[in-house]
Amino acid sequence: MTQPKTTNPNNRLVLKLVGIVLGMFGFGFALVPLYDVFCDITGINGKTENTAATYTAVDVDESRWVTIEFLTRTNSGMPWEFEAKTKRVRVNPGALNTVEFYVRNPARRDIVAQAIPSVSPGTAALYINKTECFCFNHQPLGAGEEALMPMRFYIDPQLPEDITFFTLQYTLYDVTEAAQKNAQSTVAKTTSYLTDKNG
Amino acid sequence: MSTATEHVGHDAEHAHGEHHHGAPAGIKRWLFTTNHKDIGTLYLWFAFIMFLVGGAMAMVIRAELFQPGLQIVEPNFFNQMTTVHGLIMVFGAVMPAFTGLANWLIPMMIGAPDMALPRMNNWSFWILPFAFLILLSSLFVEGGGPAFGWTFYAPLSTTYSGDSTALFVFSVHIMGISSIMGAINVIVTIFNMRAPGMTWMKMPLFVWTWLITAFLLIAVMPVLAGAVTMVLTDKFFGTHFFDAAGGGDPVMFQHIFWFFGHPEVYIMILPAFGIISQIIPTFARKRLFGYASMVYATASIALLSFIVWAHHMFTTGMPLAAEMFFMFATMLISVPTGVKVFNWVATMWRGSMTFEVPMLFALAFIVLFTIGGLSGLMLAITPVDFQYHDTYFVVAHFHYVLVTGAVFSIMAAVYYWLPKWTGRMFDITLAKWHFWCSLISVNVLFFPMHFVGLAGMPRRIPDYALQFADFNKWISIGGFAFGLSQLIFLALLIKACRHQGEKVSDQVWEGAEGLEWEIPSPAPYHTFDTPPVIK
Ligand code: HEM
Ligand SMILES: [Cu+2]
Repeated sequence: MTQPKTTNPNNRLVLKLVGIVLGMFGFGFALVPLYDVFCDITGINGKTENTAATYTAVDVDESRWVTIEFLTRTNSGMPWEFEAKTKRVRVNPGALNTVEFYVRNPARRDIVAQAIPSVSPGTAALYINKTECFCFNHQPLGAGEEALMPMRFYIDPQLPEDITFFTLQYTLYDVTEAAQKNAQSTVAKTTSYLTDKNG
Repeated sequence: MSTATEHVGHDAEHAHGEHHHGAPAGIKRWLFTTNHKDIGTLYLWFAFIMFLVGGAMAMVIRAELFQPGLQIVEPNFFNQMTTVHGLIMVFGAVMPAFTGLANWLIPMMIGAPDMALPRMNNWSFWILPFAFLILLSSLFVEGGGPAFGWTFYAPLSTTYSGDSTALFVFSVHIMGISSIMGAINVIVTIFNMRAPGMTWMKMPLFVWTWLITAFLLIAVMPVLAGAVTMVLTDKFFGTHFFDAAGGGDPVMFQHIFWFFGHPEVYIMILPAFGIISQIIPTFARKRLFGYASMVYATASIALLSFIVWAHHMFTTGMPLAAEMFFMFATMLISVPTGVKVFNWVATMWRGSMTFEVPMLFALAFIVLFTIGGLSGLMLAITPVDFQYHDTYFVVAHFHYVLVTGAVFSIMAAVYYWLPKWTGRMFDITLAKWHFWCSLISVNVLFFPMHFVGLAGMPRRIPDYALQFADFNKWISIGGFAFGLSQLIFLALLIKACRHQGEKVSDQVWEGAEGLEWEIPSPAPYHTFDTPPVIK
């Protein structure tokens, strides 16, 4: 239909446009790591650090008080009872604190749980340093067993002045299946399927 | 813009040899056609059929909501209806209709003999029916079709969806490929096939708006393809993109989806802006006011549409700074949008206006689209969106911009160019009936949704509190009336395709200007084999 002359510029343009399409397809997936990095820096999705912090005796700011409320919930289909022993604490930034969470597995089967933290407002998540948390690992409980799970943390004194109150919520997920699969798969992947990726 | 043709297609048709045959007969003509006019017709009919299918689903929704309580359908089926209605109207009706208009009109408007990539054009149309066959068939598999809303938020579409999700993903992939191919074709045609003298700033606005739309399409349809792919792998192949327990984040789904989704809503309105910018000058008998500002406004809307996506996510717990950013960025979009409305009104100012059917639809568009824009502006205010989000107020907003906006513009376009396509005037009495019935019923249908929304009626729920009963009854009555009104349109189109009606002149409308009005009516099968001379 068109003269042979015009086919060449057409092809070149088509190639460029297909390049944009492929690039944007890749960009869609690149959004996943980008989002994680962005959230790591800004803390906007309210996830706390997933590895233990070391407590270096920081100056405790005794003039300042921050209230933290602990909320617990279980994902649908997760039968555990899950409760914060301390519902609310007032702490000084810089001081090391310990709170405990109670869990019981009322089901007739063994269940492996994973707790996912979420802080609101999200920016506060950057300033909670946990030296010990049950959320770092899978938590298995046999049928009918119960346990107390500790969480030790301190608040970074850099916490913005306007934040005087925030909530830290844990959601328990049943990850029994995934944990079994993981155990069966290669030993090389001993790290939980979680640890490398939790933003 | 004044343009003139020296050699029009009709003379040329018999001049040269083999490729100037007319249309071959029978089904093969439509299956194998690479002619932009045939493909445009196919797209338009397909879009209209999808409009009726999606409309039938809307009738089911409105029948269920006619009274409070559960009467007619199961909640799960109700959710399938809202989901598939949305998907069909967006991807099956509005977008293919615009592609059909692009196919018919862009070559005729820029003086090109056809689209640049005619073979691909054939493919991009013919994969579309299969996409929708797959989507519709998913309604009949065990467990039912997709029921997670057209926005397919995770975890609804991953953890809580049925096996038919695979069919949904597959069909969205095909729709995406089809519209990407269509967009590439439009860009290549406009870049490489303009007649000599058709400079960028002489291009009709419909061509401009479609060019910008095509760039939006190739930028965001691949992101949609990525999103559905992640849903597919999360659901069936054990990935954890959106699964919090596995280290993913369901809120991230919304970011990815709306990064596609907001530009997508502009994909559905920019060609409408182009259509209205063609029609208003014709019936006001004045040049378009502010041609250049129209082009720049369209381009800035397209660019801005990439930085406002999170206005759909104000209630997801974003930090204050982000809420503020997305609020102001969203409000900024109404500036170029306002420029457009201003220009249309200024075009009509002191024009010698007449009110033929295309103009009626165009005027309705301007008024009603602006109402939709204003409710959008209300939703853009973060603190009030906390109240309005996920209520019928949002439903009212997007139906004003999409039905009385995009769909009315498509109807205006069909009435405007139909005489050029068939060579005969459509049945004006029927057309006027169609217009007035649609205009009244569409407002009975969508306007009260503002009120029930403000009062707190949630969207996507098959039942509602008793206090909303009266309004919902009216909304349903408006809905049925609007649905029936479209049958008038169907009758009119069938009559038009049977070549009933009075013959029209080449120019068709007294004030019409542009290359497409200088070729014979009906437009010959091949036009502009010799490029026209553009003054
Ligand atoms: C002045 C311009 C506009 C503004 C300020 C605006 C603003 C908004 C906002 C803030 C929302 C989110 C409401 C919520 O979910 O709480 C929304 C939803 C929506 N808008 Fe607009 N909008 C505008 C124009 C348009 C146009 C032109 C279209 C399409 C042609 C459109 C289509 C939609 C759709 C489809 C939704 C709902 C999506 C869903 O949740 O299913 N809007 N708009
Ligand atoms: Cu939007």
